Amino acid sequence: MIEVKNLCFTYPNGVEALKGISLTIKEGELVAVMGQNGAGKTTLVKHFNGLLKPTSGQVLVNRVDTAKTTVATLARNVGFVFQNPDHQLFSETVEAEIAFGLRNFNFSVEITEKRITWALNLLGLTDYRKTSSFLLSGGERKRVALASVLAWDPTTLILDEPTIGQDYEQKEKLRQFILQMKTQGKTIIIVTHDVEFAAECDPRVLLMREGKIIADGESRKILTDPGAVEQASIVPPQIAQIFMKLHYMKLPTDIIDIYEAQRILEGMLEKSGR
Amino acid sequence: MEIIGTANLSYTYPGGTNQSISDVSISIEKGEFTLITGPSGCGKTTLCRCFNGLIPHFYEGEMKGKVTVAGLNVSEHSTSELAKHVGLVFQNPENQLFALSVEKDVAFGLENLGVPREEMRKSVDWALQLAGITDLRERPPHELSGGQQQRVAIASVLAMKPQVIVLDEPTSFLDPLSAQKIFEVIHQLNRDLGITVVLVEHRLDLTAKYADHIILMDKGKVLLDGNPRVILGSEETRLVGVGIPKATRLYEMLVRDGAKLRDAVPLSSDEMADLIEEALKSG
Repeated sequence: MIEVKNLCFTYPNGVEALKGISLTIKEGELVAVMGQNGAGKTTLVKHFNGLLKPTSGQVLVNRVDTAKTTVATLARNVGFVFQNPDHQLFSETVEAEIAFGLRNFNFSVEITEKRITWALNLLGLTDYRKTSSFLLSGGERKRVALASVLAWDPTTLILDEPTIGQDYEQKEKLRQFILQMKTQGKTIIIVTHDVEFAAECDPRVLLMREGKIIADGESRKILTDPGAVEQASIVPPQIAQIFMKLHYMKLPTDIIDIYEAQRILEGMLEKSGR
Repeated sequence: MEIIGTANLSYTYPGGTNQSISDVSISIEKGEFTLITGPSGCGKTTLCRCFNGLIPHFYEGEMKGKVTVAGLNVSEHSTSELAKHVGLVFQNPENQLFALSVEKDVAFGLENLGVPREEMRKSVDWALQLAGITDLRERPPHELSGGQQQRVAIASVLAMKPQVIVLDEPTSFLDPLSAQKIFEVIHQLNRDLGITVVLVEHRLDLTAKYADHIILMDKGKVLLDGNPRVILGSEETRLVGVGIPKATRLYEMLVRDGAKLRDAVPLSSDEMADLIEEALKSG
């Protein structure tokens, strides 16, 4: 469980990035943090594994105050996958990259080996095991970064913009993987701009703007609220846009799922065709 | 008139064992808005690097075939000469920005071309304004957010007023509303100034509606090349695993189930809403 109490954070250069945030993320929740560039999304989630410490207020991760413990201790339970894989990757091969964290957490040689194989396979990287991650494409490097964190099996996973540079199939795999982790009871926090991806994952959505949370709730409510969406500098998912445009024809406006859209429209078209 | 053409183009990175692109023959018309898409690792970025001569001048490797841009064979012309005709905006803006202020970064290319001071100032102002970053002109690029950096990278290329702009996922770090605004700016440059745009994108939901031409790549080869409505409406595209816009997908699902929608594959939510409205009213 992550408890955030009146969190404020000011960067050393004086930029006030977070201005009084309070929220609770329960174990097993899937949360998407969305909003404007520079709204403080990454700054907020960096508090969840102690990379940043509050200027004022408090962050408790599983009842431990992050200000009173180290990133190394928190990282065992809270894995963080960065937005830009180049900030994370440094080893000579993909294999060595994944082994690094495992070795730091004192996993045995056999388990390290097994975990590497498992993570490579999960993210479709098996062929690149001995390749330098710097020879891979941007999307592939992001998967290496994800594999290196997943390998040590943290209970909470923070993914900062996981879909950037990922193609449709990889996104689909990522979505299935996120849902699978959710059924295993893991807490997953995604920072994302990808509204279509968020709509498909159907998470709890937190919208941020200028260091504050401006909306918090079910994705079908938040992502179809025109005012909140605009303030957070995002756009509604395409399915929602279609229904919002047709609202005067007595169509519901809180639809974000394509299959639900199909059912509703087929019902209406059938009725009107009779 | 063709502005970018490749003939049997293949390329292997130094030390690589497989060709990153193989036997690519495409033709892009002057003034077109072309989308290049396909799964990760399909060779999109590599192909773009051939358009401004980074391949073969900067990346060694093995290149076969021919690339012609604005009538110049890229193998025979330096990257600085090609830069007058083709601007490239990279996926990761950090690889592109280096100066101490946004203004200096945007002016850098013009300085290198020896553009007179007054003209340079005008071009820089124009580019900053189009990219919506006039207020950031004195800021150091490395202190900006990823999204702001991406705008700086776009402005740096715009300032050169090239005939062709090649953008490799230029808004991947931007929030959706800002991304939409950037795509609108790019579309405007294309429509109003006639600049040829080549855009590499996965996010077809945001970009398909602007395209005159789509090139779909897979495993280093060109799989489909042609009209966006034909390509995005095809079964083949769906099987390759491309993120077809939800509006287009919904249309296909409804038509497959026998819904009577006009035969006009939509590329945007507006187009799809119009089709539904039409069907409901006529019913």
